[in-house]
Amino acid sequence: MTDSSPVITLAGVDQIFGGDRGPGTVALENLSFDIGRHEFVAVLGPSGCGKSTLLRLIAGLVLPTRGRIEIYQRKVTEPRDDVGIVFQRPTLLPWFNVAGNVTFPFLYKYGRVSDAEKSRARDLLRLVGLEEFAKAHVDELSGGMQQRAAIARALLLDPDILLMDEPFSALDALTREEMSFELLRIWSERPKTVLFITHSIPEAVLLADRIVVMTPRPGAVREILDVPLPRPRTLDSLSDPRFNALANHIRSHLFTRHAA
Amino acid sequence: MQPDASEGGESRTIPARAGIYATRFAPQLAFAAILVIWEVGCRVFKVPAFLLPTPSMIIAGALQQSVSIWASKTWATVRVALMGYALAIAISIPVAMALASSKALARTFYPMIVVIHSTPIIAIAPIIVVTLGASDLPRVAITFLITFFPIVVSTTTGLMAVPEELIELARSLRNDRGREMLYIRLPYALPYVFSALKISTTLSVVGAVVSEFVAAEHGLGYFIQFSTSFFKINQSFAALVLLVTISLTFFKLVGLVQRVFVPWSLPKSER
Repeated sequence: MTDSSPVITLAGVDQIFGGDRGPGTVALENLSFDIGRHEFVAVLGPSGCGKSTLLRLIAGLVLPTRGRIEIYQRKVTEPRDDVGIVFQRPTLLPWFNVAGNVTFPFLYKYGRVSDAEKSRARDLLRLVGLEEFAKAHVDELSGGMQQRAAIARALLLDPDILLMDEPFSALDALTREEMSFELLRIWSERPKTVLFITHSIPEAVLLADRIVVMTPRPGAVREILDVPLPRPRTLDSLSDPRFNALANHIRSHLFTRHAA
Repeated sequence: MQPDASEGGESRTIPARAGIYATRFAPQLAFAAILVIWEVGCRVFKVPAFLLPTPSMIIAGALQQSVSIWASKTWATVRVALMGYALAIAISIPVAMALASSKALARTFYPMIVVIHSTPIIAIAPIIVVTLGASDLPRVAITFLITFFPIVVSTTTGLMAVPEELIELARSLRNDRGREMLYIRLPYALPYVFSALKISTTLSVVGAVVSEFVAAEHGLGYFIQFSTSFFKINQSFAALVLLVTISLTFFKLVGLVQRVFVPWSLPKSER
């Protein structure tokens, strides 16, 4: 990382649910790590380890029980305009067409859609390969295409930071791999700081600069790994010996009980 | 070989087509069969006309009155039904929005709505007439009371059923609740609203007829009471046929509005 100051900082973050009545459930415990400018960080962990909660904390949708979360050295207290979110499901609105869904963030914030935003939406649909589907109904798109539209929507307000919550987990294996390469292409054309939540080891290794591996219940950082694969990543990256070495390392650690 | 094959295909087509028609018009055929059984049964067993008139007697009875007389009776009933229905929509949807946006409001007023709904409207109809006087007002009020409940319940359910992720999407874009209601909750609830609106079409006709039973000098409901008291059962049946037609037309119209203006709210097969 050339830029020294981190974009996202987590310091001693605990998240406890239902703590006001009894001891509560500890979802996240003592999370501390930084994410640098235009870095692609994957958060990898088994289901129920609080990965999605982590994303919601950084998004400002949930406030942490303890600890500090900062974006650009400012404490996160509410959702920010420079953060885009892609959810697990596409969450497209059937009452708008595809283009209407992409411009939805602007409509929602300002109550109207300007021509500038409409042409931005067209550019974004071209970027995600959906330009012919601008007028299409949401239901006419396949799962992968819907998630592409959701990515275009997340990019509408040109956020510096993109938070992605297992965005490809509902897709079939083939589409999933295709979408990974698509995301890498989009990311190289529009560099962003990305936090990518996933429970797929190959997906994390293929996409990320660094992988934050989490422990199950309560979610804590088990280890943070650098991905030594060169960019741009291609299909060849999948057969790189370093790819398999790292994937195997994570796999052996993820399924053992003792801490690393 | 080939001509044989095409001949075989040809000979299969005709019975197959007959089968398709039989399937398509099965409801109409069944309905016609029931009318025939009714007509024949009444004649064979010599059922007196003042107990159960035959379909042909009903038609004859209908023809005793001019079209304009039937039209004015029908319009009187339709008018009350439409006013009650419109009032129910105008009140129910804002009430549902209020119930959905505040737990305190919902806890306070929902039981009251259930109590109103649990009251047999036919029983309080005469009281409403005394209270509100002899005008359209009591008739519209009675129709409203029968019609509003499904709309409130179904709309509230729809407004509350919005998936958490859609709410988070809205929250991540930071705005006041007004836009969340307008752009997320209300559109999401539309399929629920329309299913209630369809149920309520029939109820609005029931409401109009009940109100005419209690207080009216006009309309199909009044006419049914009037003609039965003179044992002109065939005329009552003719009025009943008109009421069924009104209900069906309302129902179809609401379905049409949904299909034209909010087609996405229908399942894909029905668009």
